[in-house]
Amino acid sequence: MINLKTLVVLAVVTIPSPSIAAFGDDFESVVNALNTRSFDDKLEAASRLATMDHERVDVVLQALIDGKLYKKKGDDTVVVVVSLEGGGHQLTDAASGEDLGKVGRRGAKKISVNNKLRRQLKGLFASRQLNVDDPQARIAAVQAIINAGDVSLREILLERREVESVEDVQDAIDVAMVVFDLDSKDQATKLAAIQASADNLDSNVRMKLTAVVSDQSLDQELRDAAASSLANIEGLVERYRWIETLFFGLSLGSILVLAAIGLSITFGVMGVINMAHGELIMLGAYTTYVVQTLFPDALEYSLLIAIPAAFIVSGLVGIAIERGVIRFLYGRPLETLLATFGVSLILQQAVRSIFSPLNRAVATPEWMSGSLEIVQGLSITYNRLYIFFFALLVFATLLTILQRTRLGLEVRAVTQNRAMAQAMGIRNTRVDILTFGLGAGIAGVAGVALSQLTNVGPNLGQGYIVDSFMVVVFGGVGNLWGTLVAGLSLGVVNKVLEPAAGAVVAKILVLVFIILFIQKRPRGLFPQKGRAVES
Amino acid sequence: MLTQMMLQRLMDHDRGGWVFLAVLLAIGILVPVANLLVPADSFFHIPTYTVTLLGKYLCFALLALSLDLVWGYCGILSLGHGAFFALGGYAMGMYLMRQIGTRGVYGDPELPDFMVFLNWDSLPWYWYGFDQFWFAALMVMIVPGALAFVFGWLAFRSRVSGVYLSIMTQALTYALMLAFFRNELGFGGNNGLTDFKDILGASLQSDVTRVVLFVCSVVALALGYLVCRFIVTSKLGRVVTAVRDAEARTRFIGYRVEHYQVCIFTVSAVIAGIAGALYVPQVGIINPSEFQPLNSIELVVWVALGGRATLYGAALGAGLVNYIKTVLTGALPEVWLFVLGALFVIVTVALPRGVIGIWRQLRLRENHG
Repeated sequence: MINLKTLVVLAVVTIPSPSIAAFGDDFESVVNALNTRSFDDKLEAASRLATMDHERVDVVLQALIDGKLYKKKGDDTVVVVVSLEGGGHQLTDAASGEDLGKVGRRGAKKISVNNKLRRQLKGLFASRQLNVDDPQARIAAVQAIINAGDVSLREILLERREVESVEDVQDAIDVAMVVFDLDSKDQATKLAAIQASADNLDSNVRMKLTAVVSDQSLDQELRDAAASSLANIEGLVERYRWIETLFFGLSLGSILVLAAIGLSITFGVMGVINMAHGELIMLGAYTTYVVQTLFPDALEYSLLIAIPAAFIVSGLVGIAIERGVIRFLYGRPLETLLATFGVSLILQQAVRSIFSPLNRAVATPEWMSGSLEIVQGLSITYNRLYIFFFALLVFATLLTILQRTRLGLEVRAVTQNRAMAQAMGIRNTRVDILTFGLGAGIAGVAGVALSQLTNVGPNLGQGYIVDSFMVVVFGGVGNLWGTLVAGLSLGVVNKVLEPAAGAVVAKILVLVFIILFIQKRPRGLFPQKGRAVES
Repeated sequence: MLTQMMLQRLMDHDRGGWVFLAVLLAIGILVPVANLLVPADSFFHIPTYTVTLLGKYLCFALLALSLDLVWGYCGILSLGHGAFFALGGYAMGMYLMRQIGTRGVYGDPELPDFMVFLNWDSLPWYWYGFDQFWFAALMVMIVPGALAFVFGWLAFRSRVSGVYLSIMTQALTYALMLAFFRNELGFGGNNGLTDFKDILGASLQSDVTRVVLFVCSVVALALGYLVCRFIVTSKLGRVVTAVRDAEARTRFIGYRVEHYQVCIFTVSAVIAGIAGALYVPQVGIINPSEFQPLNSIELVVWVALGGRATLYGAALGAGLVNYIKTVLTGALPEVWLFVLGALFVIVTVALPRGVIGIWRQLRLRENHG
């Protein structure tokens, strides 16, 4: 729990003449013991308080430091006050946390603290914070000490550093040491600290270094050293930013691949643009929402349920579209485009009527939230990372289906030459249904992934149809590898252009680029070979 | 004499066209009379609001006509014709903006309000000349035409066709929408151009101006019909129809297919631009949402519902769908998208020749039976 040894040492160091105060051992009487005129007695009571394991210890100590600890007129209860506008006080019993109502300005008297005592109290408070069990809380305490900039706490940090076993906390304390040393009056210490901070990405360190560089009163040597450290840090930051941009680009690319890959096979096999593809993605996202609403307790597993569910829902809707509309329009691709666009409008409005036009919140499971810190200053979020690998997994699965199964063989045959495939005994109708169901199902799965990144609303899919089509066209119709390469590279190009040109201009540039690209290579990056292509 | 011969060539074997022009003539005379001369409490009085609404439909009909020219006769399904319409509208909007003069909120004689608001200190170069009506009127045709020419030349030269071309045109209008949403482009960003005061010195609020604009729309639609009819009955039109029906064969016979496609595409864009220019003063606003891909694709269903490759069918479809839209978005806004979606499916699956097609079939059956 609380490191008693440190506290005992501290008490010996900081209390010059321990006077004997009479108070009991329970929390309430220790709190009441703070109500004394002697600063020494207050310190002793506070030190005793700091060793106690009670939920209100921090509140009381903090209130004492901030001058918010009062005694109530009349019964001398020790209270924490919040000053009200107009002069009154809102009282809370310090020991129990019970609300004691409001009193006038004179209804309570402050328990006074002088500067020396305040410093000692801060030390007590900080070391108490530094000695809690949770490493995250310890790091937060170190951060708080850095922000307070209180050099007197340096010793306490050093002591903690000796016994600290968690690496992250050690690092945080080291940063604090550097920050303190940067403030040091001693030239040598300061110089050493400046040189040591050359690869430190902490924002506090950077602020201090900038201050050193611009401080005219300091030695030129110090300022030069600080400038070079700063340049080094900025170089690192720049490099990490590029890595981050690349990652964001790949992440966007993986989403594009997920969205486009279903479109790629349906377009490849049937030469049909399914304009409702975006809405099938949207249905997948809503399926995730429904799964989470139906099983609120199984949030952690909800995505694992949602993936097959979304595949089935979108797949069935896709088959319904194929049977109900597209079947009648084979050989008329432009009409198919219009009809499926009509279907997309109907699906959008249906979702709007059922789920309301507002966005729905889809929760992120614990294991997907947070971020992975690779080095200090470079971290990537788990959800994007998982989605990237998920996209690759979907891609690999689809590739296996197309290359290794009977269905895949038939699909490839129909893609290459529909009439010839039929002549060889392949049942085109069955292939069409299955391909369309597969493509639509994958759109649904993409929707599950998207629900973790963006808002789930009726317009979710709308933006993806043009992008997906671009990816398919860029990569070459009916070519999975082309779709992968095209999706990832378009994602990266988009994100690389974004900081320089702004998101909208980046998008326009990519569109223009593809339009020009089609001029040169109308069949995409990896064109299909064979005679059937031209027809 | 010559005009008579021309008309004869245009209108021979075009009973539908005659009916269409007659109807246009009738509403072009009756609506202004009913609005301006019939007293307000009479049953036959048409309020100015309705006149403007009808004028809007006429602009849409002209737009549909332009799409029918490329889609119906040349087989190019453009999903970005709304962009040409909007560009024409913007050109007209710029003229109307300059006419506001010192009557804007900030009272700047030179700069439109939104530029003052953005702290611009001078007019961008591409706004020069738009204070002159003749220049704006020219730009209404040149800007959409030039864009269509460049885009078409790039696309048709490398034989981009079918769904590829459709999606490309959709991407074009999408990109333009994104661009026009930006304040930096200098067209008012999100809000677009609005708050117009007058056109050629006449107040846009007055009934007479509205009626004149309405009559202009009627005349433009009639002229647009005659121009399109002229094109499709000419030799050019025959070749274009051949391109639609058998592109490769036409090419092998020796025609430069892409020239014909670019030509038709550009003419069509110019007509769409004129429709936009007539539309903006009547509705009083032009903003980037006109570039929405949905608008352009909705326009396709007007043509499909009316009947492709009939010209007047496109105009009929535009009026029909927009009337349904006005009624439904007022009474049952939830239902409108269902209806529009269903229209797309029904028209493509069950009515490939549209309303005009059904009517022709019925007549055919009558004649035989």
